[in-house]
Amino acid sequence: MTTPSSAITVTGLRKSFGTHLVLDGIDLDVPEGSIFAMLGPNGAGKTTTVQILSTLLAADAGELRVAGHDPARHPDRVRAAIGVTGQFSAVDNLLTGEENLRLMADLRHLGRREGRNRITELLDRFDLVDAARKVASTYSGGMRRRLDLAMTLVGEPRIIFLDEPTTGLDPRSRRTMWRIVRDLVADGVTIFLTTQYLEEADQLANRIAVLDSGKLVAEGTPDQLKRMVPGGHVRLRFADAFALDAAARRLDGSARDDDALALQVPTDGSVRDLRALLDRLDGESIEVDTLSVHTPDLDDVFLALTGQAKQKQETLR
Amino acid sequence: MTSLSYAAGDSWTMLRRNLLHMLRYPSITVILAGMPVIFLLLFVYVFGGTLGAGLGGTSGGRAEYVEYVAPGIILMAVAAAAQGAALSVAMDMNEGIVARFRTMAISRAAVLTGHVVGTVVQTMIAVGIVLGVAVLVGFRPTAGPVEWLGTAGMVALVALALTWLCVALGMASGSVENASNVPMPLVLLPFFGSGFVPTETLPGGLRWFAEHQPFTPVIETLRGLLTGTPIGSSGPVAVLWCVGIAAVGYFWARAAYHRASVR
Repeated sequence: MTTPSSAITVTGLRKSFGTHLVLDGIDLDVPEGSIFAMLGPNGAGKTTTVQILSTLLAADAGELRVAGHDPARHPDRVRAAIGVTGQFSAVDNLLTGEENLRLMADLRHLGRREGRNRITELLDRFDLVDAARKVASTYSGGMRRRLDLAMTLVGEPRIIFLDEPTTGLDPRSRRTMWRIVRDLVADGVTIFLTTQYLEEADQLANRIAVLDSGKLVAEGTPDQLKRMVPGGHVRLRFADAFALDAAARRLDGSARDDDALALQVPTDGSVRDLRALLDRLDGESIEVDTLSVHTPDLDDVFLALTGQAKQKQETLR
Repeated sequence: MTSLSYAAGDSWTMLRRNLLHMLRYPSITVILAGMPVIFLLLFVYVFGGTLGAGLGGTSGGRAEYVEYVAPGIILMAVAAAAQGAALSVAMDMNEGIVARFRTMAISRAAVLTGHVVGTVVQTMIAVGIVLGVAVLVGFRPTAGPVEWLGTAGMVALVALALTWLCVALGMASGSVENASNVPMPLVLLPFFGSGFVPTETLPGGLRWFAEHQPFTPVIETLRGLLTGTPIGSSGPVAVLWCVGIAAVGYFWARAAYHRASVR
């Protein structure tokens, strides 16, 4: 049940479209004032979850509380507390940026003066002052996303759903978006974020839930999740089998890969650890061809948990 | 909970949105008036001489026929604008903005009411253009101020009815492509009524249909108001039809809006 500090609680959420089961018993608890990231591949059920929590879809089963209210029984109370910025930009293309914001201010029943102040403030904050009088269809992707979020913020929602807010944005716009999201949380707003970018979840979220085929396969802080996969290692490659043999004999706990003439040595990834390893190889006069360091990141967690082909990302030093 | 004043306020906000769309793209209103104007010119200049002679009036010919055909053309403009509403509602439903509206605590019918009232305003403008062209080609209404007011009221009422119906059709059609085709018969209905020829000249079954379909009393009422022909029972019958069609369209559209799931 809802405690005062929970912005969103979900117990046993299920949803299917016809015979296709999309959400198969989801449990979530999002504390107030935090960023919660739902991470998952395309089709995992992220958008469906957001649509149910934001009153756009009805759940088949499950106990839901959003801002203390049941979205099915009191949708208008939930709606008054939330803001949604969806995957597909929800701006009126035929109106200017300013008119879009005015539309939101009117629908949120802000007074004329309060609305005008809010619009001016948001245009300024989202760097849209110059574009305020231009029609939204002429905006770039990043500008549209900023306008979209600005529209969501007109009503000063306590809980904001961001459904893949940076999908399709260039790295610079993505970073701008991240900064905005961090600022929002600093003001005490709760953010429910869905993303398929691990870096985004790692950068922003206090807690991450990994969703795969309608089930939560893991939940925790970014660090907790990273601890769920095997630790880091150094991969050494040698010119010949002789050097590989020599190294394997001397380095305890290493795993050899004869086909690739490579050796995996456990490490914590620190420079001190690496230097010690290299000094040791030097001392034994063992020639190493190349060396790569692999530290566990959320990619490992994600790929390991969502059962997709493991493609390890290696950084060549 | 949303009170009645919020409902009116939200509808007004949505109407402003639709009026802004209209102001930004005035060409759409002109295009809406274009089709009926072409039919007007076609019927007056190509068929008018012969059809007018068949009416058997005092002056006969083309001038006589302009007087006869103008109300039917007006109704055609109303139907064309309503058809446009079906299309714009269907397009709107596919936009993210409507999904956003649905996550906000706003009056449920406001989005659709905005479309409908906006279309009625657009219809009045389109009908104004059509009437202007009709006068240019020889239409001489005899209406006084009261009759003009009545004409405006009749046009607004039938526009309201047809637009609600078309908005429901647009919601129910499921795709933008269907939405542009489903209301097509409405534009043709004036042909199977008293819009272009008197119903007495039609053969048996078609005549029965023409005399009992809703467009005929509307056309007869407009004709009476504008040119002084007898209206008789057509007035109240037209109003009843319009109220009925509007009610069906309204409740159907509202239910469809409630049901519609987002992508």
